[in-house]
Amino acid sequence: MNINATLIGQTIMFALFVWFCMKFVWPPIMAALDARNKRIADGLAAAERGKNDLALAAKRSAEILREAKEKVSEIIASGDKRASEIIEEAKIQAKLEGDRIITAAKAEVEQEIFRAKEQLRTQVSAIALAGAGKILGREIDATAHNDLLDKLVAEI
Amino acid sequence: MSTEGLTTSAYIKHHLQNLTCSFQEGGFHCAHTAEEAKAMGFWAFNMDTLVVSLVLGLVFLFLFSKVAKHISADVPSGMQNFVEWVVEFIDSSVRGSFNGRSALVAPLALSIFAWIFLMNLMDLVPIDYISLITQPMGIGHFKLVPTTDPNATIGMAIGVFLLVLFYSIKVKGLGGFIGELTLQPFGKFGLPVNLFLEGVNLIAKPVSLALRLFGNMYAGEMIFILIALMGASWVSFSLTNTLLFSSQILLSLGWAIFHILIVTLQAFIFMTLTIVYLDMAHQEHH
Repeated sequence: MNINATLIGQTIMFALFVWFCMKFVWPPIMAALDARNKRIADGLAAAERGKNDLALAAKRSAEILREAKEKVSEIIASGDKRASEIIEEAKIQAKLEGDRIITAAKAEVEQEIFRAKEQLRTQVSAIALAGAGKILGREIDATAHNDLLDKLVAEI
Repeated sequence: MSTEGLTTSAYIKHHLQNLTCSFQEGGFHCAHTAEEAKAMGFWAFNMDTLVVSLVLGLVFLFLFSKVAKHISADVPSGMQNFVEWVVEFIDSSVRGSFNGRSALVAPLALSIFAWIFLMNLMDLVPIDYISLITQPMGIGHFKLVPTTDPNATIGMAIGVFLLVLFYSIKVKGLGGFIGELTLQPFGKFGLPVNLFLEGVNLIAKPVSLALRLFGNMYAGEMIFILIALMGASWVSFSLTNTLLFSSQILLSLGWAIFHILIVTLQAFIFMTLTIVYLDMAHQEHH
């Protein structure tokens, strides 16, 4: 138990160990620990952000859904309106068409009547002429009495 | 214990004797007795202390630098977990007691803690087992616990003391440091008294570091030796001898378990005091 040069050796060893520890042991371990701390902190922050994002997304999706519903009902309403419009238009057109057909038919009928009357008139004049001829007992010169006959026809 | 005709005091002396060697007469000789060791004077080396502490220091640095080399910030496992646990413990201790910023203090604290812990831990090796290895090698004395050698603890305390002086002067300047030693607590007219008080204060730091560790470990080792003596008195089968032998087993078990606490505590105290002393060196006194 003497004090001797061992203590010098011990001091030198101590200094070397501390130097080595300071140079090669402590910094990488602390760096790794800090890196892990940072990673954990980042992860927690990211999780928090994710939660916020989720809430925001849910809010937005609800909004979009609501908007879409509104739009759909709008479209349905406008569709209904358009359908009734088309029906109205069709009705009007059908009526017009019908009127037109009726008018055309009427006109044709009138024409037929007129033509029949005309035919009737000429036949009546011929009959009248024949009758008159028979009554007078002689042939009437048709050409000489044409204007008389025409007058008669017009009277009829 | 293996040698016949050994007296109790010779046994104790044998276990307290370092392997002291020095360069004499052109060769490296080791002392065989305490008187021879004493006669070697200052320029002798306790080879057991030096070798064991060197090996233990290298074990610590090897384990930690191996982990440090492959460390990653991913999920740690096995050895890395253990190393990180130790490092975080040291780091929080340093943060708690040291207010300045220094790249040295934390690794210094780690080195001190791990090294002293390992050296103290050698105390748990049964005291006579080491001679089973050293005796065949022709080595007479071998103290396995470096911290029971005052040279080891004083050597470390000197290292810490030099750091305290270095940082005192670096932070406060030479003038500031001398002023701190001479101008308080009684002002410049009480200079001799101040110098005496502050000088004692300063010298007390390494002395307290070295002697507390040495005293505790030496006393612990002494008790291990005394416990080991109980069974050494075995001569023949008798009730007394059987009782002594079994109480040796029980007592050494109990003391060893208690010593696990002492081993850790003394390493922790040395480390904490070092941090505190360096913190004081960094601070201006008020």
